[in-house]
Amino acid sequence: MEELRQKARQLLESGAVKVVVGHAQGTGGKRRAHFARTAAEADALVHDDGCWQNLANYLTKPEVKKLGKAAIVAPPAVLRSLLQLGAERQLREDEVVALAPGAGGAVRTLSSLAEVEEHVATLPDQLPAADRAELDRLAAMSAEQRRAFWAEQLERCVKCYACRSSCPMCYCERCTMDCNRPQWVPAASHGLGNFEYHVVRAMHLAGRCVECGTCGKSCPLGIPVHLLTIFAEESVRRQFGQKGGASAKPDFAMSTFRPDDKETFIR
Amino acid sequence: MTATTEPQPSGAFEPKIAAFVCNWCTYAGADLTGTSRIKYPSNVRVVRLPCTGRIDFMLLLKAFARGSDGVIVSGCHPNDCHYTSGNYHARRRWMVFRDLLDFTGIDTRRVTFAWVSAAEGAKWAELVAQVTEQVRELGPHTDYQALAAAGVE
Repeated sequence: MEELRQKARQLLESGAVKVVVGHAQGTGGKRRAHFARTAAEADALVHDDGCWQNLANYLTKPEVKKLGKAAIVAPPAVLRSLLQLGAERQLREDEVVALAPGAGGAVRTLSSLAEVEEHVATLPDQLPAADRAELDRLAAMSAEQRRAFWAEQLERCVKCYACRSSCPMCYCERCTMDCNRPQWVPAASHGLGNFEYHVVRAMHLAGRCVECGTCGKSCPLGIPVHLLTIFAEESVRRQFGQKGGASAKPDFAMSTFRPDDKETFIR
Repeated sequence: MTATTEPQPSGAFEPKIAAFVCNWCTYAGADLTGTSRIKYPSNVRVVRLPCTGRIDFMLLLKAFARGSDGVIVSGCHPNDCHYTSGNYHARRRWMVFRDLLDFTGIDTRRVTFAWVSAAEGAKWAELVAQVTEQVRELGPHTDYQALAAAGVE
């Protein structure tokens, strides 16, 4: 933690960045996003297991861009988000400095997307055990059981769109969910509206999801919505070998194709 | 939203099938079926779109919500797309969407994807007959229709 604060202070004092995006102590023992703009503010930065929010979400916001060049505290999922945003032309090569915390409180400074990509290639890529177990449990169910599972889960959704707001890849200024002429997806939070919304969200994130799980953790009702996006992402990886957040070079599975894509179901 | 099971003279369940087809191959193919005087079940409602690449996955969900018991999506064979690559893009989309449907517990036997060219009138008739028979066995898509009924605005 001390090394993180020290590196943040240095970056701010030297004027290399104007703001460091990280976490600080919030209320109720929780962590909240913290935007350190002076060396003194950098002393409030913390980094521990409670810091699960994917902060890359803020980098595309006009309010944050206005502050000037940013540094961001970046665990692996955030590093992958940076690469995906770079691939989608939302971040320029040297627009952001990543402070990647490693083992034992050591912090690596990565000052370009190329460096981030190099670093990410060395990191293990594994889902949290609980998510893996839940996905396996669902895969082992019958279709009818899965339908019942999702009907029960999605029935509780109140369409607060916290999952959308917390996702760094949901940066569209106009979302199809907000279009009401025509109303493509029902706005009300009834069974059909909820189901369609979550299917659309998963499809729009297929091949782009970095599997940070922030959408699921952000859900005020505890609906495991992250399983839908992770499933779609894994489907893309299994079938096309492409993966969101692996590289800053544009390689979006769903906007390209190979003539020899193999499927088993088209008659 | 309308009720799905129209009363039949026989009283038996008749499935409703929505078919989303591309203008250049399958629609022409279905036309050929007719001009060739080949009979096929009248359960299918054909929706013509410019290309399979235009067929948004949401159209399938909308069809289910509006009372379809089964859906057919069909277009040009790979390499034959009028717009060069629309069907390749569509194929990728279906590969992921079908997986996701299965994951959310929708019976994927209700969704049939096919390549039917403008010369394959007989294949179209056979496809519609097979799908109608399969969906007839599966019965009305009551799960989804219950979901849709809860969403009447």
